[in-house]
Amino acid sequence: MRKTKLTRRQFVGRTVAASAATLAAPFVRTAHAAGKLSLMLWDHWVPGANTASTELVNEWAAKEKVEVAIDYVTSQGNKNLLTIAAQAQARSGHDILAMPTWWPQDQVKNLEPVDDIMEPLIAQNGAVNDTVKYLGRADNHWIAVPATIGSQIKGPCSRIDLLKQHAGIDIQAMYPAGSPPKAETWTTETFFKAAEACHKAGFPFGIGLGQTTDSVDTAGAFFQAYGAELVNAKGDLTVKTDAVKEALDYCKRLAAFYPPDAPAWDDASNNKWLISGRGALIMNPPSAWAVARRDAPQVAEQCWTHGFPAGPKGRVAPFLPYFWGMWNFGKNKAAAKSLLVHLSQPAAIEKLVVASGGYDLPSFANLTTLKVWAEEGPPKGTLYHYPNPYNHQTLSIAAAPAPPKIAFQIYTQAIHTKMIVRHLQGEPMDKTLAWAESEVEGYLRT
Amino acid sequence: MVDAVIRRSEVAVPARRRTGLRRTMQRKSTVAFLMALPLILLIGLFVLYPALYSLHLATLNKSMERFVGLNNFLFLFKRETFWMVVQQSCIFAITAVIFKALIGFIVAHFVHNVPAKGQRKWRGMLLVPWVIPPAMSTLAWLWLFDPSYSAFNWVLALFGVGPVPWTGDANWARFSVILVNVWIGAPFFMIMYLAALKSVPEQLYEAAAIDGANWWQRIWYVTLPMMRNIIAITALFSLIVTFANFDIVRILTAGGPIDRTHVFATWAFWLGIQGGDIPLGASVSLFMVPILAVAAIFILRDISKRGNEA
Repeated sequence: MRKTKLTRRQFVGRTVAASAATLAAPFVRTAHAAGKLSLMLWDHWVPGANTASTELVNEWAAKEKVEVAIDYVTSQGNKNLLTIAAQAQARSGHDILAMPTWWPQDQVKNLEPVDDIMEPLIAQNGAVNDTVKYLGRADNHWIAVPATIGSQIKGPCSRIDLLKQHAGIDIQAMYPAGSPPKAETWTTETFFKAAEACHKAGFPFGIGLGQTTDSVDTAGAFFQAYGAELVNAKGDLTVKTDAVKEALDYCKRLAAFYPPDAPAWDDASNNKWLISGRGALIMNPPSAWAVARRDAPQVAEQCWTHGFPAGPKGRVAPFLPYFWGMWNFGKNKAAAKSLLVHLSQPAAIEKLVVASGGYDLPSFANLTTLKVWAEEGPPKGTLYHYPNPYNHQTLSIAAAPAPPKIAFQIYTQAIHTKMIVRHLQGEPMDKTLAWAESEVEGYLRT
Repeated sequence: MVDAVIRRSEVAVPARRRTGLRRTMQRKSTVAFLMALPLILLIGLFVLYPALYSLHLATLNKSMERFVGLNNFLFLFKRETFWMVVQQSCIFAITAVIFKALIGFIVAHFVHNVPAKGQRKWRGMLLVPWVIPPAMSTLAWLWLFDPSYSAFNWVLALFGVGPVPWTGDANWARFSVILVNVWIGAPFFMIMYLAALKSVPEQLYEAAAIDGANWWQRIWYVTLPMMRNIIAITALFSLIVTFANFDIVRILTAGGPIDRTHVFATWAFWLGIQGGDIPLGASVSLFMVPILAVAAIFILRDISKRGNEA
């Protein structure tokens, strides 16, 4: 066999030629030069909202020459949770995933820190609220980027006519469109009297006592309005405290005015309650109003989304962020970070919010006064106070400020609503608190 | 003589080598095994492997980083909710199976006594609840039980009876879950008992009639003894399947209200997937094994005992 002998001169010559070519030639951008990227996004409740995100992602992909694949996974049947769990176990899957509320904390060991993109985004878009910090940070690192898609405030959505007629409350005067709220009288006591009056009139408040997020968020917000914590920020059990007793007592008295099968309510029940015209108030983001606009316009034009009532320790509203997380075993992290930055630009955020009809809430302070909320209707201004534009309520989440891993269990196991139901159905408060304490103690295990 | 022997052995050796593999392939047991191999592989992949992996998962701590042996089970034994789930699963399974067997037995008798021409039609119609995918039929039941739009409550309202909280009150929720399970499962019992009924020799009934037996005595002394093994086997099968039921409870009540309708499978899902504690979820689902094993031993032992007596 012939052997080609490479002389030293030839070797040096070829090496120099190769390096010269690399340095001199411009960065040759062929299609998909920057690789592939796959995302899992949340399949939106609002019809047509997915189109906006597809367009934004494709626009970025065309610019960066990345081949992108998007999967829209629903949260119905917890399909998105199954996807996250399966990918974490298999250590393979999408590069970016939409993770609901507690899941970045649950998957913290598998997530890529994103401090390098969050710091500039905060500088650009404004500060994020405390709930986002509580859920999106671990060990002083940002572990996920707050997603606009799917993030929501779960505050009251009331019937203007029914509140006025039966409870004597002019909710539009309390929360006028285009101006700051005049809601000093919107307290838990007023709320109680209104609930009683509407219940007597045959239009009860549609608040659930089930185990899904709508029920848990409302119960959690009332507990926080009384400063009641089942576990404090340090991780100590604080179930048998006066604040918890006061909160539980209030919620039990209030629950007497809820629909009789509230303990069986899921996340769709309160929507149906409002849309069917049976209720004077529900606690829900604008998805219920959006469906009513299509299916029951006479109900929709009487809807007004506004703030939570204030309790002795503050006015607290549930904020439920979605996050975009990146697996630390992902193959194309640089591209993923670039896409997340693109999706968090003000123009992109505005496009997403408009496509969702005002449902999606950006987590950044500078972006809570977009035009869309002022203009959505009928009635015009129905969503003006939805994004909490005057910061007149503290945004939090049920079971905060307990350490997130413990709070996650309290939230998922619906301890707040279970306590209320047990006490409502006749169990003495001491027994209920003892039960709650034993349950929560179990969540302290690692 | 010697030549002949040598020649025969020369011929015999290559022939033996050629027919060795062929003979193996032609044996019935080999063919049967090869035909069953796809199913064996599927069961190995989707049943055996997850079961063994589940055993492994149940011995890990919450973050799946440390081996903790039986600590997950010891933790569960101290939980009030766990013992409530055990109790609920047993009540649910036993009650549902009893009613399914009873209804299946009665309806099988009716169908058996329908003239032969109409039997096929009736059999077909009565099988429908079992044949519809359970998730779909359970969804229909969910709408029938809906707090706002229940068709049952609407009909009851016409008679002045207040709205029933089908899924809102703990006892009504348990009733609803058992009702749907019985509705879905009774046709299976019906069809098995119908087949068993048809295999009871007619002469036994004639003999009983001659002896002056009434309908109840015919059932007690002829039908039931002849069907005992089928009854035992279907009861065991249904007990296992009902005990491990997930879809009906999940769709109707998701285990609520306040965990009063949770069974093992739904609670395992709630803890494991929704609560992010997969090892604990695995432990809960594995706890079904000893309970069902005990039930299986008792029932199967009974069958073989009776078989031996015969």
